[in-house]
Amino acid sequence: MQAMSAPLFECHQLSKHYDGKPVVQDLSFQIAPGECLGLIGPNGAGKTTTLRMCLGLSRPDQGQVRAFGLSMPQDDLAIKSRLGVVSQFDSLDPDFTCAENLLVFGRYFGLPDREIRARIPALLEFAALTHKADARPGELSGGMKRRLSLARALIHQPDVLLLDEPTTGLDPQARHLMWERLQQLLQQGKSILLTTHFMDEAERLCHRLLVVDRGREIAQGTPRALIAQHLEPDVVEVYGRDAQHLIADEAMDSAGLRALAQRIERSGDTVFFYTHDARPLLAALSQHSGLRTLHRPANLEDLFLKLTGRQIRQEA
Amino acid sequence: MRRHLRFWPVFQRNLLVWRKLAIPSLVANIAEPLMWLVAFGYGLGALVGEVVLDGQSVPYILFLASGSVCMSAMNAATFEALYSAFSRMHVQKTWDGILNAPLRLDDVLLAEMLWAAFKSLFTVTAILLVMTGLGIVHSWKILLAWPLLLAVGITFSCLALIFNALAKGYDFFTYYFTLFLTPMMFLSGVFFPRDQLPTAVRVVSDWLPLTQAVALVRPLFLDRWPEQGWLHLAVLAIYAGVAWCIALHLTRRRFAG
Repeated sequence: MQAMSAPLFECHQLSKHYDGKPVVQDLSFQIAPGECLGLIGPNGAGKTTTLRMCLGLSRPDQGQVRAFGLSMPQDDLAIKSRLGVVSQFDSLDPDFTCAENLLVFGRYFGLPDREIRARIPALLEFAALTHKADARPGELSGGMKRRLSLARALIHQPDVLLLDEPTTGLDPQARHLMWERLQQLLQQGKSILLTTHFMDEAERLCHRLLVVDRGREIAQGTPRALIAQHLEPDVVEVYGRDAQHLIADEAMDSAGLRALAQRIERSGDTVFFYTHDARPLLAALSQHSGLRTLHRPANLEDLFLKLTGRQIRQEA
Repeated sequence: MRRHLRFWPVFQRNLLVWRKLAIPSLVANIAEPLMWLVAFGYGLGALVGEVVLDGQSVPYILFLASGSVCMSAMNAATFEALYSAFSRMHVQKTWDGILNAPLRLDDVLLAEMLWAAFKSLFTVTAILLVMTGLGIVHSWKILLAWPLLLAVGITFSCLALIFNALAKGYDFFTYYFTLFLTPMMFLSGVFFPRDQLPTAVRVVSDWLPLTQAVALVRPLFLDRWPEQGWLHLAVLAIYAGVAWCIALHLTRRRFAG
């Protein structure tokens, strides 16, 4: 349904090199009105560079960015006047109160003071910061700062939001509040391009996902479809005192476990069995005492790890 | 927003921050130059008495006042365009936030340049008022010194922004002060007439921007007109124009990628 309407925002075959090294390669995506697209990938996958190109702050070596029927970089100002941006690191003005931060930022869009002042109370309320209107960013918690950054990005009533890891570093309460606000914005018809490496965040908010690794697209689709396409539906995690013993290859074979799972992965002391039917596997595992098992449906985290690997990245 | 007005909201932002701190910053900005004036002017002035300038005797305090006001314009613009601009650009990431709005890097840099010049003009105005109040200066011609000192502020602001664009940290600015500004302070005729300098040094001194500034402003304090005023103004304009182009190029390079 959403895919039927013309894209509001579109990147076409973007490529970017730094010092001869490819950072983004041949990346294409579109965002429809009211849609949330998640750009997910490990650190160094090229997510932030992609956002910078979307904003015209970085010139792609190849490819185009188009939005609202306009093109970067020649229409950069017209495009940016309809984009709201929350970057990875807060750039709030430490010398201003919350309300002044919104006022000063609104002026950058050429809005008259009267109009900005009229919008401030509703934005502070949206950010749950009404009681902090006269506080400076230094007096705010991490979650409050991020919500102020979000409110600031909404001062000019943008159509598309670019959010770079909006909940990184927040506690669960603050994350849930942020998610709730982003849901509200989607319901109001805003479009969102979101980068994250929290899979529960992506699953909750994003209509579609673009998985990138080393600057390349490795999968694109709805969260459910991607999981169905790449993973067995059931996961059994096994850990405990004897898991070490179990994961020795011979033990696995002798217990007949290998035949009961389509795919087996190890991470430290934990063994992950990916299977279409967990029952015979769980029965076989119950023969071993001292093992703890967790049976759960496959999720985006499994997908992410399957597509991008379990090992820690050098650059991470 | 019209192209030539895009710098304004950024300038206005700095103005709003400064309004909150204006009085303490004003005290700091004019206290130091006035201390120079009192210590050297009255202290050294008592020893020196009069200075001979172009064959005419001039009270040392007036000689020093006219030079030190140029030095203050230079210092105020330089401090703002180095330390303050760098903290907005690099430490607070204020510029990054602004660049998410429909403004370009060039607009931000222009705003910073004009802001530093404005702050320098503000300092200079306060110093001129105090000098007039103390009865050091009498000539109405210092009204003309005022716009000229704005030009001096613009020139040094453009020069400082080159080093802002190259800086990795605040330490870097120490080089600019110790290797460039401090020697210039002594070579530009602020504290003593330049004809006492050895010829080789004097040739260099002739082309320093602070020398040009002093040559423009000092005669006005002495109730005279500058000789070759247009030439000095042109040299300052060339310094400002070239420095601006270099600063813009280096800042764009810093933010590219």
